[in-house]
Amino acid sequence: MPADFPLLSLAIWLPIVGGLLMLATASEQRVQHTRMLALIVSLLTFLCTILLYTHFNHKTYHMQFAEKMEWIQAFDINYHLGIDGISLPLILLTSFTTVLVVIAGWEVIRYKLAQYMAAFLIMEGLMIGVFSALDAILFYVFWEGMLIPMFLIIGIWGGPHRVYAAVKFFLYTFLGSVLMLVAFLYLYFAAGSFAILDLHQLKIGMTAQVLIFIAFLVAFAVKVPMWPVHTWLPDAHVEAPTGGSVILAAIMLKMGAYGFLRFSLPITPDASHELDWLMIMLSLIAVVYIGFVALVQTDMKKLIAYSSISHMGFVTLGFFIVFMIFEQTGSTHGAAMGLEGGLVQMISHGFVSSALFLCVGVLYDRLHSREISAYGGVANTMPAFAALMVLFALANSGLPGTSGFVGEFMVILSTFKANFWLALLAGTTLILGAAYTLWMVKRVIFGAVANDGVASLKDMNAREALVLGVLAVAVLGLGLWPAPVLDIMHPSVQHLLQHIMQSKL
Amino acid sequence: MEQVYLGIVLAPLFGAVLAGLFGRYIGRSGSHWVTIAGVAVSFALSLLVFKQIIIDGAAPFNGAIYTWMVSDGIKFEIGFLVDQLTALMIVVVTFVSLMVHIYTIGYMHDDPGYQRFFSYIALFTFSMLMLVMSNNFLQLFFGWEAVGLVSYLLIGFWFQRESAIYANLKAFLVNRVGDLGFLLGIAVILMHFNTLDYAQIFKMAPHLAHETVTFIPGYEWSLMTVICILLFIGAMGKSAQVPLHVWLPDSMEGPTPISALIHAATMVTAGIFMVARMSPLFELSETALSFMMLIGAVTALSMGLLGIVQNDIKRVVAYSTLSQLGYMTVALGASAYAGAIFHLMTHAFFKALLFLAAGSVIIALHHEQDIRKMGALKNHLPITYWTFLIGTLALIGFPGFSGFFSKDAIIEAVYESTLPGAGMAYAAVMIGVFVTALYSFRLLFLVFHGESRVDAHTRKHLHESPWVVTVPLIALAIPSVIMGAIHAGPMLFHDFFGKAIFVLPQHDVLAHMGREYQGVMGFVLHGLIEPPVWLAFAGIATAWWCYIKHPEIPAVVMSRCATLYRILCNKYGFDDFNDTVFAGGGRRFGRLLWQVGDVTVVDGVMVNGTARGIGWFSSVVRHVQTGYLYHYAFAIIIGLVLMLGWPLLSQ
Repeated sequence: MPADFPLLSLAIWLPIVGGLLMLATASEQRVQHTRMLALIVSLLTFLCTILLYTHFNHKTYHMQFAEKMEWIQAFDINYHLGIDGISLPLILLTSFTTVLVVIAGWEVIRYKLAQYMAAFLIMEGLMIGVFSALDAILFYVFWEGMLIPMFLIIGIWGGPHRVYAAVKFFLYTFLGSVLMLVAFLYLYFAAGSFAILDLHQLKIGMTAQVLIFIAFLVAFAVKVPMWPVHTWLPDAHVEAPTGGSVILAAIMLKMGAYGFLRFSLPITPDASHELDWLMIMLSLIAVVYIGFVALVQTDMKKLIAYSSISHMGFVTLGFFIVFMIFEQTGSTHGAAMGLEGGLVQMISHGFVSSALFLCVGVLYDRLHSREISAYGGVANTMPAFAALMVLFALANSGLPGTSGFVGEFMVILSTFKANFWLALLAGTTLILGAAYTLWMVKRVIFGAVANDGVASLKDMNAREALVLGVLAVAVLGLGLWPAPVLDIMHPSVQHLLQHIMQSKL
Repeated sequence: MEQVYLGIVLAPLFGAVLAGLFGRYIGRSGSHWVTIAGVAVSFALSLLVFKQIIIDGAAPFNGAIYTWMVSDGIKFEIGFLVDQLTALMIVVVTFVSLMVHIYTIGYMHDDPGYQRFFSYIALFTFSMLMLVMSNNFLQLFFGWEAVGLVSYLLIGFWFQRESAIYANLKAFLVNRVGDLGFLLGIAVILMHFNTLDYAQIFKMAPHLAHETVTFIPGYEWSLMTVICILLFIGAMGKSAQVPLHVWLPDSMEGPTPISALIHAATMVTAGIFMVARMSPLFELSETALSFMMLIGAVTALSMGLLGIVQNDIKRVVAYSTLSQLGYMTVALGASAYAGAIFHLMTHAFFKALLFLAAGSVIIALHHEQDIRKMGALKNHLPITYWTFLIGTLALIGFPGFSGFFSKDAIIEAVYESTLPGAGMAYAAVMIGVFVTALYSFRLLFLVFHGESRVDAHTRKHLHESPWVVTVPLIALAIPSVIMGAIHAGPMLFHDFFGKAIFVLPQHDVLAHMGREYQGVMGFVLHGLIEPPVWLAFAGIATAWWCYIKHPEIPAVVMSRCATLYRILCNKYGFDDFNDTVFAGGGRRFGRLLWQVGDVTVVDGVMVNGTARGIGWFSSVVRHVQTGYLYHYAFAIIIGLVLMLGWPLLSQ
């Protein structure tokens, strides 16, 4: 492969063009054809991202696979792409998850299949675009563009209250992002460039930094989501079709966290330092408060949605504990572990929450209920499914040997360096996470057969078993040997850490 | 040698994976053969290691297998430390596990989950071996949680039963409370030592003995005390010490073979093992030692008392396990680590024996566990009876039986200890001896002697269990008798553990006792004139008096001491307290946060409130947009007047 081959562009545009093509040729008759096309496009995209991984240089923090073309000359806006060790794992996660979503929707979606698949493929391209954009406006375009297919997915293929949920989702995230655009414009006038790497180097005064930080915070906090701007997520998840929930949980939530790493921390390090208490507080509220809220949910999807918020709390905690470690110990030793822990938690949550939403999907397809009380004793009739769901539930409770443990472990270790009590609060997830997840498992999976519906359940078909099986391998693989994933991240994380420790004042 | 160690852990794992994933294809016998073969290989290799390390005195092995991850320049590895302590543990674990595997063929014979069961217990063996062979805290925690996982799966093995899935969730959550302490302990260690490797930590520990940490401004705590107490909180969960003991009695909902393997012989002793492994750290904190001694003493006595009022055969044995774990913890607190490990070993044999024998009774009676419906089974189940008797004698510390040596050593060690709390602990373990003998012989008499209370139908079909059940009983009865006499000298008073266990000279109670040690016979003769043995005999006599001679006495005592009896039956109220305060309180708190915080404030006021606010504002502003031309014209005129009038007025 030639060195300047536009692999990133290919990974972005292949699914988008494929999706558009599918829309153009959509026909209700050729369903099988549509499915195969979607599968092939998603697999090819996955292959592209695998090539990114195999050709990635683990030793440097510099942006790789860079592409740059003029786009809007008057404002110096460029089509500028590139990835580092922070974005690569997320891109891999995106293309991997999309393949699973395509397979998961195979025969479950009966209404407007081509449009459904096209929406996911187009969204895939946009999401990869978000993770590889090096120009703020390009980033913004991908970021906002992504809302459209997701809005449609919830609004068209969703549950009974889909319109309320779709509008809530759209307005919530859109309003947040507008402030981000304002911040970009301010930065453009200060730096004369929209290039993200230039913005990293820009010197900014404290007041401006705080304002920019808050603008970013609103945009990213909504996406993560952080308390108290999280209430769109349970509604969106409950109403979204299974595939929508999977993408929402596995990828879209990660974009907020990615935003903190790509924009907030490097562009406004002093404001991040100044306001780290706020971020830590919000993260811990997510872990503890939301953990308790998850405990009392009666709807499985809502429970997993709240659990997502709680787990994402670890991501933001890991990112912002850095400054406190520096203050307490006088060195940044241990801080990289927080950042890397947050990143690993993102990947792991991508696997585990996808898997759990798919599990709920498997049950929902059969009995058309998400209520915990509608089930009971599923293990009697669906033993193979029960085994997998218990595995994912345990991963969700952070059991060592599964991916769920790695990130939480690293973030707790690193938080401990900053403060004992914060680590103790974060550590309550050990109990709370196990309580809400395993209590759900107890009521859904275990017990005697609860009703005729459960008695009539058939175990997973080959397609369902394939999707969940692949995720099980991923969950165990990352849990038993996280080293390869971390090795990709080290140089970029170290570089970021050095960067944010230098004051911009 | 590395291959041998890998073989020890991987053989059971291989069996577990085969039986678990392909159980349907290899069938029932295929599953038990493959798992038994795996554990047997593991046992044989463990014996080889035992010979090399302990008999031939080979140097301990300490090496990494693979790097789990690197972060912040710190290597997190998976690796083995095989020294005397490990060598002993792996032999005990694999031996008991092998016996339980064989026994399971008989016990689970008719169960539809046969393959799954074998897969789980083989997986358990793998996890437990990883735990005891670890050379670092990461892997220790892995093993720690993995045995907890298998315990969770096995307590809930009969997942149709509500009581079983209640018990397994409870066990997991209570253990998680301990694990939180354990994890924080690991975090302190990583922060101050910058490594999780045992060898390096032990080397650095003495230099950090006088370090202090501050968690609450104004209060300085010794670093070692903080580390040790946090780690011990983990041990309290796994080894079921008060107040984290509540899960163990309920864990009896699992099938009996795992009660023997996991909830008596091996997993619950992981906490004891861990503290002994960490002796170089615990030795540096007398506060932590005293704390352990107190917790252990409370557990040993209070849980023993509960054993007297239980009527479920397995629960009596379970409370006895709790009490014996208390003894081990007391020994750890007295710095008699070798004594604790010695008791761990003898207890593993006789307690596994007692559980398996109890299981044999349970199958004979078609899964009846209530001892009020047993009695006079002695002649129907001779092998079960005699092995059960051996286990009981070992448990109460009858002179010459294995438990006698280990328990006597613990009591003596506490007597010698000069740490704060030793006096109270001594009193507790002494009374505990009487209590142990009382509940043990109460059980024995009610099950095997006296009048038969078995229903007529079952009585007709009573017969001894098949050989797959009785052979493990006999195989466990032998070490229950002899292991004490064989190992008492070397393990307690000679250099059996080498550098694996570290004791400061001023704490070394065993060395003090060793100066008076004159061989096994001397030990036994000395024991005969000491109070513990007489207390044990008194316990037996009391049990005989109350349950054989005058069976009407217990009812009288019950009604006379009704309050005390109620307290014991309520298990001191721990369960009610946890259910109301933690489980109930947690749910109420969650509902409050959800309904008030999320639904009312965030969604109601902030989100939908904003939408309503905008709607209201628009409806007000809409009145301006009337559509009448003269309204607009009027507005224009007012505007003009204001715009022109303002400059004029301001001049």
